[in-house]
Amino acid sequence: MRDVAVVAFAQSNAATDAHRNEVEILMPVVTEAIDRSGIGRHDLGFVCSGSCDYLIGAPFSFVQALDAIGAWPPVRESHVEQDGAWALYEAWVRLQHGDVDSALVYGFGKTSMGDLSEVLTLQLDPYFVAPLWPDAVSLAALQARAYLEATGKGERDLAEVVARSRAAAMGNPHAVVHEARSADEMLREPTVVSPLRPSDCPPVTDGAAAVVLAAGDRARELCERPAWIRGIDHRIEAHALGCRDITRSESTRLAGERAGVGDAPVDVAELHAQFSHEELILRDALGLGERVDVNPSGGALAANPMMATGLIRIGEAASRVSDGGARRAVAHASSGPCLQHNLVCVLEGE
Amino acid sequence: MGAHRCAVVGVGQTRHKAVRADVSIAGLVREAAMGALEDAEMEWRDVDAVVIGKAPDMFEGVMMPELYLADALGAVGKPMIRVHTAGSVGGSTALVAAGLVEAGIHERVLTVAFEKQSESDAMWALTVHPPFQAPLVAGAGGYFAPLIRAYIRRSGAPDHIGMMVAVKDRTNALRNPNAHLHLPDIDMKMVEESPMLWEPLRYLETCPSSDGACAMVLTGERVADGAPRPPAWVHGSAMRSEPTIFAGRDQVNPRAGRECAADVYAQAGVTDPRRDLDCAEVYVPFSWFEPMWLENLGFCAEGEGWKLTEAGATAFEGDIPWNPSGGVLSSNPIGASGMIRFAEIAQQVRGLAGGFQVEGARRALGHAYGGGSQFFSMWVVGTDKP
Repeated sequence: MRDVAVVAFAQSNAATDAHRNEVEILMPVVTEAIDRSGIGRHDLGFVCSGSCDYLIGAPFSFVQALDAIGAWPPVRESHVEQDGAWALYEAWVRLQHGDVDSALVYGFGKTSMGDLSEVLTLQLDPYFVAPLWPDAVSLAALQARAYLEATGKGERDLAEVVARSRAAAMGNPHAVVHEARSADEMLREPTVVSPLRPSDCPPVTDGAAAVVLAAGDRARELCERPAWIRGIDHRIEAHALGCRDITRSESTRLAGERAGVGDAPVDVAELHAQFSHEELILRDALGLGERVDVNPSGGALAANPMMATGLIRIGEAASRVSDGGARRAVAHASSGPCLQHNLVCVLEGE
Repeated sequence: MGAHRCAVVGVGQTRHKAVRADVSIAGLVREAAMGALEDAEMEWRDVDAVVIGKAPDMFEGVMMPELYLADALGAVGKPMIRVHTAGSVGGSTALVAAGLVEAGIHERVLTVAFEKQSESDAMWALTVHPPFQAPLVAGAGGYFAPLIRAYIRRSGAPDHIGMMVAVKDRTNALRNPNAHLHLPDIDMKMVEESPMLWEPLRYLETCPSSDGACAMVLTGERVADGAPRPPAWVHGSAMRSEPTIFAGRDQVNPRAGRECAADVYAQAGVTDPRRDLDCAEVYVPFSWFEPMWLENLGFCAEGEGWKLTEAGATAFEGDIPWNPSGGVLSSNPIGASGMIRFAEIAQQVRGLAGGFQVEGARRALGHAYGGGSQFFSMWVVGTDKP
């Protein structure tokens, strides 16, 4: 495989901002990432994005997003109706072809336009499940309960994940949640859907992220310490919750194995855990021990601009490698109900 | 195109209809996928990855339906990618799948595209009403009709050209058992007497709304060499996009389309497309887009496209048959329409196009476009290895 690295990353200051549309949120982020990369806007070899029409409730949201990148002269461009992390995967594949050396990847989502938990119901089997209208928080709670019962862990374990995330988010200017709270305080909150409390759930967030990838020597020219993608893989599982063991994440385990997570020690992991219990399931699936610094950004519990959240994990992990804070980092992105589809990316310094 | 060769070794399609009430969405995509696997003589377990595409999720009301379709497409435990590039998506999906093979990441990729338009009303789903933007058009025809009028004014094309394309493509469709529209009595009079929808587009110059799916199995060279039926080799592939609204754009003859074609021809060694290609499946959802794309794709000089159509050059018996399958004007499951173009042209160079086989087709073009004439994907495939 051709060596490909993250050479630049930018993200919006995530917030619920009714006054800015998706293009307005995206434009400064894309510009910042391109400027940081040192590549001219018109020299980018490939462009790929991830977004979802259902968040704003209108078709073709990615079409207008093209205005944010200045696609003139015309660009080599593609789009996935998935998190931007999958757009990054497509761009990584495209760079393997060898005819282009750089790519811009972006993801964006304006989740404040509707009731996200209910909107996500439309992801479910349209004949047998969606008509029952189970919302995303209820499905997550079902998984959390099953996980706690299978492992003997308790609600305090969940609260401790949240307390750690919130403490970490205090240092993250891009986070929406800026309020540190102890596990004890959290446990006094009433549940939303048992066993999940409000703090176990992600904040509604509008936002965007952009990453610039470059291959081989081009990456070395552009960046003092490129974050090299040493492995990247993604796997999907059965859709029906009754057809898989929701107390584990087999697709994350498989993707992690194929990406080579266990081949050497991991310093930092950014996991796309939208609910507190998901972090515990993902740690198990990736075999991340106590010494791994998990979600130093605060993770999705601190900011969750859907369709960009997974890409932000890759950007944050790459930033830890580029700033010298980590030698080897793991990033994870997820899609679908109860962690149905998972992507794992291993990043390293030289 | 990447470092590794890629070929089509299996093609499957549903019977396209206005309403496929006999199958669920999963049943529809599975019908096409199983056809492709059967053609390739493969089992579900032989597939390394699945790449699926469709146009806006609102057409069926299922958000990111690849999640729900993972089981039906045998993707459990495998990578699955969902592509969406507007109307060009069927073509782009095939190219993303081919890209995995060309990069040397996978050996056997199943790619599927679908639309089940009967689940909703695509015309109104396409009538975009974002906040802060005036609602200007109703349906895709409302967007494209002014571009067609501009083409007619620029080129001086006579009024009957659009009707000729409508008759030609519907006549071709009579040879294609999968086509949605079978109009045995189609002629100029029948088209002319159909209601005017968006001046100058009449009802019969417009694509239908279809339920349907298309699938292909794409493999690397080693597998293709041992394939049970002749493969179609990818000789060149490209995608290009430009913004929707920009004063410097020529929407009648878009630069992204011209540059995409130039890229794909350069890869495939095509210097004169009319001479070097044996046939083409081109995304013509409204009749007048045939002469417009003839020019955009370099089959003739600007302003001359309608003359090729009028002279019968693009007819089944012409020197460069366009849409021998009947094209988008005869079947339009939107998200799949681009992939059907790519798949039908692969069938031509495999010699497996059945009743609408163009004799001696060895190198040919598949084309798809979308959005406001701004997203393009194309491939040139051939009987011989590139």
